[in-house]
Amino acid sequence: MSRGRAVLLVRLALLAGLVALLEALCRLGVIDPLAILPPSEMAAAMIARLASGDLDEGMVQTFSTIAIAFALAVALGTLAGAVLQRRPRLRAVIDPLLASYYSVPTFIFYPLLVALFALGKTPLVILGMMSATPAVIISTLAGLDGVPPVLLKLARAQRLGPVRTLWWIVLPQAMPRLFGGFRLALSYALIGVIAGEFLLSGTGLGYAISFAYQSFDNRAMYGAMLFVLLAAVAANGLLSLWEARLARRRMRT
Amino acid sequence: MQNAPPRRTGRFDGLALLLLGLAVWQAIASWTGGIAVAPPWTTGAYLFDLLGQARFWGHAGATLSAFLLAFALSAVLGLLLGLVLGVWRFAGEVWEPVLAGFYTIPKVTLYPVVLLVAGLGMQAKVAFGVMHGLVPVTLLTLAAIRNLSPTLLRTARVLRLPPWQTIAWVLVPACLPDITAGLRIGFSLSLLGVLIGEMFSSQRGLGFLLVSGMAQHNVPLTTAVVLLIVVLAITANTLMLRYLRVR
Repeated sequence: MSRGRAVLLVRLALLAGLVALLEALCRLGVIDPLAILPPSEMAAAMIARLASGDLDEGMVQTFSTIAIAFALAVALGTLAGAVLQRRPRLRAVIDPLLASYYSVPTFIFYPLLVALFALGKTPLVILGMMSATPAVIISTLAGLDGVPPVLLKLARAQRLGPVRTLWWIVLPQAMPRLFGGFRLALSYALIGVIAGEFLLSGTGLGYAISFAYQSFDNRAMYGAMLFVLLAAVAANGLLSLWEARLARRRMRT
Repeated sequence: MQNAPPRRTGRFDGLALLLLGLAVWQAIASWTGGIAVAPPWTTGAYLFDLLGQARFWGHAGATLSAFLLAFALSAVLGLLLGLVLGVWRFAGEVWEPVLAGFYTIPKVTLYPVVLLVAGLGMQAKVAFGVMHGLVPVTLLTLAAIRNLSPTLLRTARVLRLPPWQTIAWVLVPACLPDITAGLRIGFSLSLLGVLIGEMFSSQRGLGFLLVSGMAQHNVPLTTAVVLLIVVLAITANTLMLRYLRVR
């Protein structure tokens, strides 16, 4: 058995063991079952909530908000990164801001956004974008900086136009870093939107969790929570796999 | 950056950006008639007034003590955990993706569980701060130790350095850049965790002031607290970037 396989097996076994331990501790009453449901009950609650369809509206709301925020962050972030990379003076001003950006907890702006745009989709989209866009800008800058000047010289020698230079030279070189930025952006947009819904809103999956918490309905709360966490893990996992595949294909060529 | 502009232009550009920011802020405030955002001057005056009130210092003290405790716990536990996982390679490979995965999930959804287990109050905020701050410190410490060049350790052995000298003169200096980066991220994220904790089901702290300012339609209060947190976070981060750069 290869080392990679062994690591994977041990990881799965440990995680399964942790879930089993939690189940046992809850069943034996070591952990107050009112505070934490046993994992099997959480899964049952999640399936019941999904089957009943009362999460459907929240899902549509949340996923569409995340998708809009993510798409806007990718578009604006790539554009801003490309512009900044070509304007050293502007970049010198913006760079310190980018370096400090993630030290400011973006959520503190959410009350202001709600006051500006009223409760609804708009402040959530903006909160998601505020969390995600700088990550895209930073990775675009890193990706474009990483294109070897000799390749750009080659493009000029071959008289490639701007579109072909971008397509044949710049994108393949910058793609791994860009993709890393997109992956971060998705997870930041997801965290931002769900946190916003959780703190203050009237719709969405985040709201479903805080509503269930505030009405002391722990079964409903754990069901929704498990679903959100599984969805987040699945989304991040898919992008990671895709990224790994891109990296492998790059290695081969 | 290869062609950074000379220092004086840089300072001028920075000032121009600051003024532009203030102008945009003022424009948003006047455009919305002050119902959403208080204008810069009003906010500054309100903040100055707020800093003189005992009530405010009660809230600021609650946030500060929760944050300091959360950051200290994240730093100490993260360094220890990172050290263990860095030295014990197999365990490191097993846990690293799990920790990285935990870093990307929306942890807010877990806050009700923290509240149910730790109860409303200081403990829950601190625990939530640690949940945010611990992982980056652990991951970067782990990476620092794993990426350590074996030559360094071999040299130490050849020179027959005693263990404490190996640690103090070789290990620590070699790992320091990554570790300080981890501590800086841990600092920001444990602050974020504490503030989110205060914004939800809390009666104390700056996060509570933010939400209560909005609930009471006290626009200057919300804007002033946002301004205060932004200024403090950026100042702390800039200082750390400047003085902790070991490279």
